[in-house]
Amino acid sequence: MTGRRRESLRDFLGRLALPAVPLLWLLAFFGLPFLVVVKISLSDPATALPPYTPVLDWDAGLAGWADVFAALDFENYRTLIADPLYLAAGLTSLGVALAATGLLILVGYPIAYAMARAPKAWQPLLVALMVIPFWTSFLIRVYAWIAILKADGLLNQALLALGLVVKPVEILNTPAAVMIGVVYAYLPFMVLPLYAVLERLDRGLIEAARDLGASRLGAFRTVTVPLSLPGLLAGALLCFIPITGEFIIPDLLGGTDTLMLGRVLWTEFFSNRDWPLASAVAVVLLVIVAGPVVLFREAESRRLERP
Amino acid sequence: MHRAHPLAWAALGLGLAFLYGPILLVVVYSFNASRLVTVWAGFSTRWYAGLLDNGPLVDSALVTLKVALASAGLATVLGTLAALALDGRRRFPGRPLLTGLVYAPMVMPEVITGLSLLLLFVGLGIPRGVWTIVIAHATFTLCFVAVVVQARLRQLDRSLLEAAADLGAAPVTVFRTVTLPLIAPAVIAGFLLAFTLSMDDLVIASFVSGPGATTLPMRLYSQVRLGVTPEINAISTLLIGAVSVAVLGASVLTARRGR
Amino acid sequence: MTTPAPSPATGHLRFEAVTKRFGAHLAVDRVDLDLAPGQVFCLLGPSGCGKSTLLRLTAGFEEPSAGKILLDGQDLAGAAPHRRPVNMMFQSYALFPHRDVARNVAYGLEREGLRKAEVAARVAEMLRLVQLDHLSARRPDQLSGGQRQRVALARALAKRPRVLLLDEPLGALDRALREETQAELRALQRRLGTTFVVVTHDPAEAMVLADRIGVMAAGRLVQVGSAAELYERPATRYVASLLGDVNLIEGRLGGGGAGALRGLETPLGLVQAFDHHGAGPAGAPGLLALRPERLTLAGQGLPGTLLDATYLGDRIVYRVGMADGRVLRAAGAPGAGLGVGTPVHLSFSSDDASLLPADSA
Repeated sequence: MTGRRRESLRDFLGRLALPAVPLLWLLAFFGLPFLVVVKISLSDPATALPPYTPVLDWDAGLAGWADVFAALDFENYRTLIADPLYLAAGLTSLGVALAATGLLILVGYPIAYAMARAPKAWQPLLVALMVIPFWTSFLIRVYAWIAILKADGLLNQALLALGLVVKPVEILNTPAAVMIGVVYAYLPFMVLPLYAVLERLDRGLIEAARDLGASRLGAFRTVTVPLSLPGLLAGALLCFIPITGEFIIPDLLGGTDTLMLGRVLWTEFFSNRDWPLASAVAVVLLVIVAGPVVLFREAESRRLERP
Repeated sequence: MHRAHPLAWAALGLGLAFLYGPILLVVVYSFNASRLVTVWAGFSTRWYAGLLDNGPLVDSALVTLKVALASAGLATVLGTLAALALDGRRRFPGRPLLTGLVYAPMVMPEVITGLSLLLLFVGLGIPRGVWTIVIAHATFTLCFVAVVVQARLRQLDRSLLEAAADLGAAPVTVFRTVTLPLIAPAVIAGFLLAFTLSMDDLVIASFVSGPGATTLPMRLYSQVRLGVTPEINAISTLLIGAVSVAVLGASVLTARRGR
Repeated sequence: MTTPAPSPATGHLRFEAVTKRFGAHLAVDRVDLDLAPGQVFCLLGPSGCGKSTLLRLTAGFEEPSAGKILLDGQDLAGAAPHRRPVNMMFQSYALFPHRDVARNVAYGLEREGLRKAEVAARVAEMLRLVQLDHLSARRPDQLSGGQRQRVALARALAKRPRVLLLDEPLGALDRALREETQAELRALQRRLGTTFVVVTHDPAEAMVLADRIGVMAAGRLVQVGSAAELYERPATRYVASLLGDVNLIEGRLGGGGAGALRGLETPLGLVQAFDHHGAGPAGAPGLLALRPERLTLAGQGLPGTLLDATYLGDRIVYRVGMADGRVLRAAGAPGAGLGVGTPVHLSFSSDDASLLPADSA
């Protein structure tokens, strides 16, 4: 029999080593970078390479830190508040994300409901059909809509042929196109969590509600909907958070007036080369999504760690 | 009684049409003889023939494949470790932190992940290129691997692991002979997911790549901005085809293992 | 059979003041127990009483919060499960789904680093022992419940453990199969001579399988003894009612002490009964425990009225209303029927009645 001490020391090290590797990796490449973003968002832009004046000199030691706090300035944030362009971009991001999430619930719920009520043998196929688009390139799927929505595109051709309109409708490069693209791209993210809860729903509960005098709609409203709320929340967060920072869809389908934060960040970074301002936009975006992210994390870990 | 309302069925049908219609159009028009992408002028494979002669395109496809393989491999190892660490009621310092760090990157807007990693690389003086993309992709895809593997671990009967220990297997042996064979389908699925996500990523790669490391999505994006062309349709069709084959193969593989 | 019986000197399991806490919950509370080598010991109790925890402490899946577990005089503290010379048969059987029957049984032997031929020979021997040699290539999901149970048993026995721990070994089987398997399990144990510790919630199963039974309630070992001892001389109200039907009459204890007859002043009058374990001081509240089959309808004794009689084939159970309104049950051999409403008298021998403390669980 080996001694208690040696055994538990090995256990202790094993217990630490396993989580340490992914933890250190994520701290280094996901946690630490955020601190750098915050730091840069407080620096001044410069036309050098890298294009910012470091406020923080890592080698300066303790004395350096004093300078750091003296030099910190919130100029970039002041710019963000003062320029109506950025405020508009923030509001558009939030507005698009909220409206799209609402629309996704309206579109996704009946789909998830029908999937959950489909014959058991079909369900794996239906789930696969929802998942496959997710595996195909996001860029290509958004790109496909350009050909459909543009002035001489397929949608307008169809509308003209059917005589519904007399001249092509302007859809591409409008907020409507962004909304179509977002709902299209994020539909599986709403449907799958909803399906997961609806599929597990005990059908006996609905029978009980009907037996107790609820109408079909009444049973749906008083039993199905309340019990599917966790899936609804997961789906809504899974859509809302990335849509808020979405870049590709507004860039390819939206007009110049559909400025969203993700796109502003991209422009400031790549076109204007204003890294500090781009960082400030990132911090603002982060603050907006922080609440939902924490909420999502809580919901997910509760779901996964339930014994 | 339990049947869904006819309206729900209609929604399901329309939803699937909505999801697949645009993809189908891309595929169909990649075989269009006309350069005018919205006018059908007969069947042709001429756009495919031109692809192989497009040197930069082939280069970026190879870069993408390399990045996807390396980052998915890395993400599979790291994500599986994270899932194992978070499994059950195992207690260690920093557990809540790891839980948060595993879920956050999944939903974090890509522009933030991309920008912050770039600033880190610049701050540390790491030259940007293929390897910085690999690190960036491994970081955000490892979370998906962790979630997939964790879901499988949750279904794993604890008493199987206890039985192995009871029969004389040391912890490492328990992992090798029982845990790993039983979670293997999830680990493979996690790898494929990470691989696809890496192949697909435009935003993060655009931030952290450097000269000579242009991925396929980056090249596609620069062409897409100029408008719809039959060449892009052809590349897209090839990508869709490759993914379909991979997904189909994976599902057949896991179905056979599951039996 | 080629499996040699382990010498009776091994497989001696001892618990000394073993305690296990899970947070604020006391799962096992100062359990002292000495198990004779080569015997079947049953831990009996309801779910959550701590019996499975005691098993898991022995296997090494949990460490005791206090106390010691000794195997053949050696303290098991700190030894990881894979280093303990005990094996467990799990309630769910825990058969590895990715290994066939033979490779499940071989698993423990492979860990010992035995040569392939040796492993194969021992696997074949174990499978013959449980009469499954024809199914060695099957996967667990292709087996019936009874077959899975036997694979689990063969796998746990393959390493020739000094003590075999069985967690509800027959819990997943249907009633008919369970009774047949109980007999097989008992016969197998006699042949091997391995110490068995069986956890069960079924008193009948414990009585069939065990040489000795330990009754647990709320983490504590309430009473240890043979089935007959527990049935005839229960120490508490809980043990008395766990093992079969019992009449309980409360009262006030008379003078005397453990190991002798003493009086109990009950609402039905003063009765004499045997105090086996020390029911309490004179004047304290006590309980009279009387098995229905030890109560007879006679010409004299406690007066009452026959309420009804139920014919059960091998016996008749009478329900008798007593003077103070309580109902006692008496069982007798089927014979001449008595009419409902007939005045009767109930009598019993003082040696067949036990005195228990009133406040016992």
